[in-house]
Amino acid sequence: MAGLTKSDFKNPVVNWIDTRLPIFTMLQKEYGVFPTPRNFNYLWNFGALAMVNLVIMIATGIFLAMNYQPNTLLAFDSVQRIMRDVNFGWLIRYVHQNGASMFFIVTYIHIFRGMYYGSYKAPRELLWMLGVVILLLMMATAFMGYVLPWGQMSYWGATVITNLFSAFPWIGPKIVTLLWGGFAVDQPTLNRFFSLHYLLPFVLVGVIFLHIAALHITGSNNPLGIDVKTPQDTLPFHPYYTIKDSVGICVYLIVFAIFVFFYPNMLGDPNNFIPANPLQTPADIVPEWYFLPYYAILRSVPNKLLGVCLMFASILVLLVLPWLDTSRVRSARFRPIYRQLIWLWVLAVVLLGVCGANKPEGIWVVLSRVATLYYFLHFLVILPLLGKIERPLPLPESISRAVTGKGGGPLPTGAAATMEKP
Amino acid sequence: MRALRTLLAAGTMAAALLAAPALTPATAEENVPTPPPQNWSFNGIFGSYDLAAAQRGLQVYAEVCSNCHSLNLLHYRDLAGIGLTPAQVKAFASQFTVPQGLDDQGNPKDGPATPADKFRSPFPNEKAARAANNGALPPDLSLIVNAREGHADYIDAILNGYADPPAGFKMQDGMNYNKYFPGHQIAMPQPLHDGQVTYTDGTPTNISQMAHDVVTFLEWAANPEMVERKQMGIRVVLFLVFMTGLTYAVKRKIWSNVH
Ligand code: HEC
Ligand code: HEM
Repeated sequence: MAGLTKSDFKNPVVNWIDTRLPIFTMLQKEYGVFPTPRNFNYLWNFGALAMVNLVIMIATGIFLAMNYQPNTLLAFDSVQRIMRDVNFGWLIRYVHQNGASMFFIVTYIHIFRGMYYGSYKAPRELLWMLGVVILLLMMATAFMGYVLPWGQMSYWGATVITNLFSAFPWIGPKIVTLLWGGFAVDQPTLNRFFSLHYLLPFVLVGVIFLHIAALHITGSNNPLGIDVKTPQDTLPFHPYYTIKDSVGICVYLIVFAIFVFFYPNMLGDPNNFIPANPLQTPADIVPEWYFLPYYAILRSVPNKLLGVCLMFASILVLLVLPWLDTSRVRSARFRPIYRQLIWLWVLAVVLLGVCGANKPEGIWVVLSRVATLYYFLHFLVILPLLGKIERPLPLPESISRAVTGKGGGPLPTGAAATMEKP
Repeated sequence: MRALRTLLAAGTMAAALLAAPALTPATAEENVPTPPPQNWSFNGIFGSYDLAAAQRGLQVYAEVCSNCHSLNLLHYRDLAGIGLTPAQVKAFASQFTVPQGLDDQGNPKDGPATPADKFRSPFPNEKAARAANNGALPPDLSLIVNAREGHADYIDAILNGYADPPAGFKMQDGMNYNKYFPGHQIAMPQPLHDGQVTYTDGTPTNISQMAHDVVTFLEWAANPEMVERKQMGIRVVLFLVFMTGLTYAVKRKIWSNVH
């Protein structure tokens, strides 16, 4: 259906463009007047924070790439040259390095928000699944980025993690050779990782676009987990949520700045200040903190193949979460038992993180097994059953009634109250 | 209120996740004592380098450590960062003979270093370094402070940690007992001895003073941007706190008609 847009913009230049390419109308619709539940809490900031973080990563990454050398003989020193001789290179690099950690902090909280308020439930299943894809892409990107400075932990981390694929029978060794581009982590590995590390963030941009597009079809969930029913339940995105997100962005930047300027190496490993040496294995090979829980799951079982499968399953299980949780009620606020158990799950994840940081010996093996078991129990047994036995608290009639104690149109008759589309 | 509590809970989770690596026993090496924490000039968010100490440390490095350890990431010009004037840098550099490309006949030629040159390495390659050190490789010291768990405190402890092995402790040939080195056997012979160098500013030259000075120098060598970084950080954080206040006030104003 071709045809010019009828643009309402007064500015003649904007109007001229908008008539031919209605991006201004689109922005106005999706970010200006976009009807947003009026009762968001600050946990709803974290999506916007993740977007800001991605932009920061791409911006700093492009400048790093201008000075970085993807060559095993030069990589380590080229990063140090960035730190010492490139104007504000230390700032760019520390922002990029700590930005990766911030990205995971923000994303993990964002995911937790979704789990607590049941944002993955119908009709937002696909939106949630796209989120899991984003998580996987982020992990791949961060993993390959960590290899680039070519320190001891870069090299040995890459060796250990790529080697995991060899656990798969028959196809495994072939995958590993493909990843390495040879028979060990070496120059071809570094080159392809650099290429992919540059590529994947832009793939992320694409998937995030779909994630947002899906969000704008279903509309946002909210802390009550009930559907928007009338316009009184919503506020236009701008200025209400642009300003609220801005508050969150400022606080986030403070935390970020404290890491970058005062504790830039706190989350890093001292071993990565030693150039990669294929002949000398470090005493402990540990991944970055954001991978520790998966690492603990991997090492919790003696069988390598099983460990690898469990590790992948721990993330893939999130894909089917919308169907594992049988409760119709979204928000944990109205699910007295789930509301407690979700924290037990968080505890299991944190415990797994601690286990991952410790050598798999003695008590840590036991703890990581217990935590791994509970991790899967939560998804595979507790959630399916809980939906059937838990008695949810009565849901409020509408968002506006719950928030302001007044207003809110009469409830639409019929059970299937669908999302209002103004 | 409930929202706030949720946020707090989420924050705790993040904090716990962050704490996870910190909970690790650094090197789970048997009975190596934790290096005693020192009161470094560069500690804390307002910390900066004690330049006099760093300059004395440069002297210790040049007269002692540089016999075995390289400092490959540093150029002589970088010494401006610990307060040397351009003339001092030039004079310091010119003491050292470094390779200077080829002469007109195409033969490699040496000459006095200029500020643009890299610090001279004691050995031409790893083999030579090992050959001169009983098979052990003295690591490059440019990043050594960052590259060890315990950082400055640990390096200081190593330099001060030489002692006679306890009775019954079996030492390998050519190894030296050190209280703080993992496994207690280090290939580096005790590098510092009382009165080994002569400071021009009259500072006493006992082991702990020289160790303190050279560690200050090495901390600077590993993190030359630190002072600029922290100063910028204070300004950035203050600005962001101000922006947060401002944004929050605007947010309250905008939301006042919907609550
Ligand atoms: C005679 C040669 C020699 C001199 C002089 C020397 N070192 Fe060493 N150093 C070594 C060797 C060899 C090693 C490797 C030790 C090992 O791996 O067991 C070493 C290791 C080190 C280490 C690493 C310890 C670790 O945790 O791995 C530090 C730090 C160090 N030296 C600092 C210094 C400082 C500072 C000075 C000057 C005050 C100095 N060294 C002087 C030979 C020397
Ligand atoms: C999803 C976004 C991204 C993530 C999570 C990410 C993560 C990382 C990580 C963890 C490192 C290692 C940091 C270190 O220890 O030094 C790294 C390094 C690097 N990244 Fe990225 N990155 C992202 C985007 C980008 C982009 C878009 C580019 C290029 C355009 C880029 C270029 C680089 C370069 C050149 C390095 C090596 C220099 C260095 O180690 O500091 N990154 N990245």
